[in-house]
Amino acid sequence: MAQSSEATGGLASVPALLQRNATEHAAKAAYREKEFGIWQTWSWAEAEKEVEAFALGLINLGVNAGDFVAIIGRNRPHFYWSMIAAQSVGAIPVPLYNDSSAEEMAYVMDHCGARFAVVEDQEQVDKVIEVQDNLHQFEHMIYLDPRGLRKYDHHKLHQFSHVQEQGRAARDEWIEDLKARRAKLTYDSTCVMLYTSGTTGKPKGVVLSNRNIIETAKASSSFDNLSAGEEILAYLPMAWVGDFIFSLGQALWTGFCVNCPESPETMMTDLREIGPTYYFAPPRVFENQLTSVMIRMEDASPFKKKLFDRAMAHARKVGPKLLDGKSVSLMDRLKYKFHDLTIFGPLKNTLGLSRVRVGYTAGEAIGPEIFAFYRSLGINLKQLYGQTEAGVFITQQPDGEVRDDTVGVPSPGVEVRIGDNGEVYYRSPGTFVEYYKNPESTADTKDAEGWVATGDAGFFEPDTGHLRIIDRAKDVGKMASGAMFAPKYVENKLKFYPSILEAVLFGNGREKCVAFINIDMSAVGNWAERNNIAYSSYQELAGHPQVLGEIQSHVEAVNASVAQDEMLSGCQIHRFLVLHKELDADDGEMTRTRKVRRRIIEEKYADLIAALYSDADEIATKTEVTYEDGRKGYISATLSLRNAAVVPVQTKQVAAE
Amino acid sequence: MNMTAQDDGYTTADGRKIGPVMMEMKNITLRFGGVKAITDISFDIREGEIRAIIGPNGAGKSSMLNVISGFYIPQEGEVWYKGARRPQMRPFEVARQGIARTFQNIALFEGMSVLDNVMTGRLNHMSTNLLQQGMWYGKAQKEEIANRETVERVIDFLEIQSIRKTPVSRLPYGLKKRVELARALAAEPTLLLLDEPMAGMNVEEKEDMSRFILDVNDEFGTTIALIEHDMGVVMDLSDRVVVMDYGKKIGDGTPDEVRSNQDVIDAYLGVAHD
Repeated sequence: MAQSSEATGGLASVPALLQRNATEHAAKAAYREKEFGIWQTWSWAEAEKEVEAFALGLINLGVNAGDFVAIIGRNRPHFYWSMIAAQSVGAIPVPLYNDSSAEEMAYVMDHCGARFAVVEDQEQVDKVIEVQDNLHQFEHMIYLDPRGLRKYDHHKLHQFSHVQEQGRAARDEWIEDLKARRAKLTYDSTCVMLYTSGTTGKPKGVVLSNRNIIETAKASSSFDNLSAGEEILAYLPMAWVGDFIFSLGQALWTGFCVNCPESPETMMTDLREIGPTYYFAPPRVFENQLTSVMIRMEDASPFKKKLFDRAMAHARKVGPKLLDGKSVSLMDRLKYKFHDLTIFGPLKNTLGLSRVRVGYTAGEAIGPEIFAFYRSLGINLKQLYGQTEAGVFITQQPDGEVRDDTVGVPSPGVEVRIGDNGEVYYRSPGTFVEYYKNPESTADTKDAEGWVATGDAGFFEPDTGHLRIIDRAKDVGKMASGAMFAPKYVENKLKFYPSILEAVLFGNGREKCVAFINIDMSAVGNWAERNNIAYSSYQELAGHPQVLGEIQSHVEAVNASVAQDEMLSGCQIHRFLVLHKELDADDGEMTRTRKVRRRIIEEKYADLIAALYSDADEIATKTEVTYEDGRKGYISATLSLRNAAVVPVQTKQVAAE
Repeated sequence: MNMTAQDDGYTTADGRKIGPVMMEMKNITLRFGGVKAITDISFDIREGEIRAIIGPNGAGKSSMLNVISGFYIPQEGEVWYKGARRPQMRPFEVARQGIARTFQNIALFEGMSVLDNVMTGRLNHMSTNLLQQGMWYGKAQKEEIANRETVERVIDFLEIQSIRKTPVSRLPYGLKKRVELARALAAEPTLLLLDEPMAGMNVEEKEDMSRFILDVNDEFGTTIALIEHDMGVVMDLSDRVVVMDYGKKIGDGTPDEVRSNQDVIDAYLGVAHD
């Protein structure tokens, strides 16, 4: 745990890395952003100038060492520069989710006592103005896009480029100050503070030091041989630790290029144009891509579909083996090569994944079919397991040892052990310093020796040494019969069906399990179109008898598969319903990273759960919904409650009795 | 907000400076055979203003807009533009004077991409001939790049980057409306005419469109004349409103003045005819 910055050649902070890149990789592309239809590029030397100008501007505005600077916007080079500029002057950047509501922002900004905010546009400016009266420490706001802001009171509101201009103008005055502040940064000074999404309770501010970020970036870059030649597309929320490590930590450590999309909607086009070599996406993105490919193949001519199916069947057989470097017959190799030229190549190109050398997915379990699809195309997709508190990496899969049901071996420098209760603990140089202003939580999570409880239950596979995660430790419970209740395990099996978007299983302490299901509007909608089923809304489609029948068949298939597992056979779904609305972060039912908030759903839909445990066939309900702009409304619906066939099993406990 | 007396304009409640009269309609009467579409209407549009023309179905609003854009030639009355009486002009000549418009029933080139459609808005800013364009290299290339830059700024402004290369026929209605606005903006007009910009839109699309209209006015200082059915939208957006009914002007003033005008209330809510 005692790495000093000696190990990194005296580069003790992110701004120091930028200085190094500006000399070592001066002319190399550092940032790209598509603006006005053209990719604009900044080299490392240019980026350094931009950061310096903004840092000087920040000093000019009165930013002190130790101040917190909130960063609110989508991925744009200017925000990465803002973070480095804030670090350069000794301040601490706090990136926020740009789709959070004003109240959510108010909580975080009040908690850290942010004095400054760098925001994207009028929308974000409005949100901050709405809450700033309650933020006593808040002083200045800097915005990037001036549109619509001309008439605002500019006493405490500044345009990004103006701050930079003022910084440049006052260079002589402040440059020595800036250099002194930069020189003061050590391996132990705070690099960034990230708020956890908070599946339970209020978000917590995770303080990560330069040591955490740089050590993690160093170890993970060498694990996958990342070089200055990599290209990544930065499109995941800036408030998420993964983006911070990939687009800032690793990018600065190795000097690779960070590409920012033109707008969130153009992400797929931009992905194709950039062709990243290193790519991260949550399972959801891979799932959506696969769904859209499959939908388009369904609509293609029978001849094309047949060609695709044949090529894919062969790919499934040999693709993963080739990736893992196992032996494959010459004939199979040639056939694969041929299909690669004619079918997979163009397909990968369409998906923007032609050049991906290292791809990662994490955050949720990925469906085996989805995982196999990408692997068989020859895309080196791997899984990793991590969390904000670890600076992402806890375990990851080495090349050649990739499996769909494990999360790999401990990352370099990380120690992992399994507690007596099955909970996973880790200790690493990337382990966070503390939760800001919350010593109790820090003590609860991290013990004196530096071991951190992940809150996940899991075990190491004896023969491979790979870690397998079962569920959140606190969600794992016991059913009335004494059998193990692990909701995530069953929910994931359900979610692997393209027509099911979300599932929530209930049954802790009960006789039997019941489930809520959300259908996937795009997949089910397309299916309805092909089967001439008319519908006008999500609610109507979700309540359609044929849709319910389809979902029922999936539930029963999952029951059959769950019954195979001795430990978890009690978790079969006896009754289920399809919800009349999509679970939504705006309603607090999910986190911003789209993880289900079990407790809140349990409280909110208590009537539906009670009905599922009764004998009723249907239930009328009324639900409050929050629109994006914060207004509230109600939707009411009558939901039908369905019984699903279960496979009778003799659980061990029952047999023992 | 006092706009009638001074010729040098007025200041709106939100602090925008409205300039002198840019366009004035003087006693316009328009007939189609025996049908009188517009009867003796006069009003003016000031520089930097958002001016609305409202009225029930068949009131003659679109006809009025067509008179402004030079598509219809009124039998009586005069159109004054920038201090001079406008002679009879054909629509393309009016367009060259810096007046651009959108249509009630979208009039885009369905088979062409959004980008190409918006590029057509730059036609009046191109000077190369067919031969030069065929050769492309040289003058035509330079011109196209300059025009493309303007178009890209409009695309960015209206947030339609993601559909840049999409054929217009594949777009939903609300987006088509936005593309039409983009084409009109690409012409960099001094006066922008919008014929029912929110017709057939849902609440969210209407909110977006309202924001774009306000932003266009704010950012480029474009004078805007619009026809709209949705009273709520009109009253929120416009600085002054002309109300028409059966081809006649029955009200003219600020949204508040118009709202309390008895004739307007009667026209919209109906009165008992004895």
